[in-house]
Amino acid sequence: MAMDVETLEDSRHHRYVLNMGPQHPSTHGVLRILLELEGEYAMELLPVLGYGHRCHEKIAEHKPVKSFMPNTARMDYLGALIYNHGYAHLLEKAAGVEVPERAEYIRVITSELNRIQSHLLWYGAYLLDLGAFTPIMYAFDDREHILDILEDVTGSRLTYCYFRVGGVSKDIDDKFVTSTRAFIKRLRSRFPMYEDLVNGNIILQKRLNDVGELTPQLCARYGVTGPLLRGTGVDYDMRRAEPYSIYPQFDFEIPTETKGDCMASFLVRFREMEQSLRIIEQALDGLPEGPVMAAKVPKKLKIPAGDYNASVEAPRGELSYYLVSDGSDVPYRLKVRTPSYSNLSVVPEMCQGMLLSDVVSAMGALDLVIPEIDR
Amino acid sequence: MEIFYSILPDLIRMVVCAVCGAAIVFGNALVMGYAERKLAGHIMLRPGPMEVGFHGVYQLVVDGLKLMGKQLVVPKNADRPLFMLAPLLAFAPVFVPLLVIPFSDKIQGFDLDIGLLVILALASINLLAILIGGWSSNNKYSLFGAFRAVSQNVAYEIPMLLSLLSIIFMTNTFSLKGVVAAQSPVWFIVIQPLAFLIYLVAIVAETNRAPFDLPEAESELTAGFHTEYAGMSFSLFVLGEYANMFIVCSVATVFFLGGSSGIPLPYFEYSGIIWFLLKVYLLMFFLIWIRWTYPRTRFDQLMNFCWKYLIPFSLVNLIITVVMVKLL
Amino acid sequence: MKSYFSELFTGAWSLILGLKVTIKALFTPIVTCQYPREKLEITPNYRGHIDLVKFADTGTHKCITCGSCMRDCPSDCIVVDGEKREGVKGKALTVFTLDFTKCSLCGACVEVCPTKALDYSNEYELAGYAREDFHYDLLKRVEERE
Repeated sequence: MAMDVETLEDSRHHRYVLNMGPQHPSTHGVLRILLELEGEYAMELLPVLGYGHRCHEKIAEHKPVKSFMPNTARMDYLGALIYNHGYAHLLEKAAGVEVPERAEYIRVITSELNRIQSHLLWYGAYLLDLGAFTPIMYAFDDREHILDILEDVTGSRLTYCYFRVGGVSKDIDDKFVTSTRAFIKRLRSRFPMYEDLVNGNIILQKRLNDVGELTPQLCARYGVTGPLLRGTGVDYDMRRAEPYSIYPQFDFEIPTETKGDCMASFLVRFREMEQSLRIIEQALDGLPEGPVMAAKVPKKLKIPAGDYNASVEAPRGELSYYLVSDGSDVPYRLKVRTPSYSNLSVVPEMCQGMLLSDVVSAMGALDLVIPEIDR
Repeated sequence: MEIFYSILPDLIRMVVCAVCGAAIVFGNALVMGYAERKLAGHIMLRPGPMEVGFHGVYQLVVDGLKLMGKQLVVPKNADRPLFMLAPLLAFAPVFVPLLVIPFSDKIQGFDLDIGLLVILALASINLLAILIGGWSSNNKYSLFGAFRAVSQNVAYEIPMLLSLLSIIFMTNTFSLKGVVAAQSPVWFIVIQPLAFLIYLVAIVAETNRAPFDLPEAESELTAGFHTEYAGMSFSLFVLGEYANMFIVCSVATVFFLGGSSGIPLPYFEYSGIIWFLLKVYLLMFFLIWIRWTYPRTRFDQLMNFCWKYLIPFSLVNLIITVVMVKLL
Repeated sequence: MKSYFSELFTGAWSLILGLKVTIKALFTPIVTCQYPREKLEITPNYRGHIDLVKFADTGTHKCITCGSCMRDCPSDCIVVDGEKREGVKGKALTVFTLDFTKCSLCGACVEVCPTKALDYSNEYELAGYAREDFHYDLLKRVEERE
């Protein structure tokens, strides 16, 4: 339900400002949004950023390139391995390091597990935003299995620092393979339950259909990527558009929907989990033997002078690292293009004239991770 | 003195009824609070309260003590008298409807001829309390919650009354005992299943519970109308809410599930209360169950559902009932 | 009119399906673990803060005070110092402290160590009243350890 523009103009004189956040249950962290309300209709929205700013990009300019790896995990705590992956990919591209094949397979498997984990958390938190309290517990039950699997190989549960320039820090074992296979089976068996409890639910359908509609043009203007863009019918996924690692070897689909509303991105994310399972399955089947670290990685990694760019598909959209090097082992400038930042910038236009409840569901559909916006 | 002796039995009866009412309100809040948390826990595959006593049975007692010990915080710029009045207003009227509910044939405070009207009139005061609380908090979220509560309750009272009215047409009495007596062979849930369903949906909205918990929609309005309340003033709202649930479920039991009728136990005129409470808590279980299953509806959808589905259906049901009553 | 009723019935059916899922869950055993009362087994690969390894053959650590970990640490949270002692080749370790409040658990120190003297501990129950509680003296820890 949106108000048309003329009523919007007429009603400007009896508006008032509602401050949503930084401590609001549905802003997921320290995001603050100033809402100019007309009754319960949000007429103007202004996201206020910076509550969690930690100068990650500036820190990168002060230490050797390799040392920045743990910081990448802290930017998006839900897609830590994928952020690792992007950064490792960037440095390998810049310094010309060859990665052994087994390491690439491990990277893909763990990255995709990380993506499913991120989507499961979004799923639960989003339904919490919509007022359903139970699905988050079921989603966390599944997510816990991924965390256990990843903890066994990376040693941590959330902010992984597992990838290295030239490979990964630790080889996987048989236990990892068997438990991952068991997890794939488990999650597949859980999808019908989610379908019954949530996806088919009439209340959810009513809440999400036709809410927060995006068009490909609008997405292009604001740089919106990820499941939101794919929800509008554009099959833009970095794993296909600019293939990195060994993704071209796998057979998987890029799920798309056409409507561009909250329901579309909801379904896209849900189906992405299935596709990630497919990728993991194929990668486990084709897992080659061999080393997991490149033989010759210099201790002091000097990046030849020049500009370098590497993009990967993070759970929330396109993640790009842009490195300017002056030839030393400390970057001159490292720019990180995080997807949530661009996705958030569409909010003022997307949510104009919406009900407060719809603002909450539209914001939830963006799947914002605030540390990634502020970084 | 003579007058005193003549009213003494009534006086004693009144005191006993008031004490029993208070016992029911507090006891019900303890049972429901525990049941809600425990059932929610098990639905979510976690154990719920486990620490205080065996499986956490004393959790609510401890929580109550904690709430009593808390400072009553009144926000700056709030309307202080109204702010303090609202929780009392939410809590005080819940005793009275309990007086007219026939727990069994002989356990009933007063059998008024207008029993149903008393219940419905007093149950609406709760709404006023929510409005006052939301208004006086001087908080925009509270205000939203209050507005939503008022429009939602006013809208949903219509199908609720219409569905009850079709029973009234059949029994020809407002007395709750009379309604129970009229269901001696078959319960009205068999004759009026549609009215029962409509009533069930309406009471979820009336008691502001999920999926219709818009007045306190946590993810939108932080805590809705009781955002600014803490300690005992907050818990009075919760006590009032649970007592209201008890009352509306009792009404449903009386009107649709045959009141205290059931398989006769020894001393049935008294022990019928067991059947009565069983039915009431079964309905309450249903309310808990749906709360922990569904997402929250949006406000306009909630209203649409009422105006497009519930009211037309209850009107049709009422007309059919009236015609049938006239014909038979 | 047709969609009016069909929506009512499909909607009601979807709600019943949801109720079926939750009532089933109500009678499913719980999956959580009452943490302080019962503890899950933690994987040996868990990476807690770093510790000096006590080697069985020598009965002590193998740190040669080369300072690689100190130099490689991106957060500057390790301090290593040694002194020249009679009869000992190279430097003897006198100070090895870790400021765990700054550590980001990247593992650079463990990987760079030429003698494999460092390893991750398995401690995850960390709580303290002051930040100084997390300034570990690893040398003292390795001496006290069995």
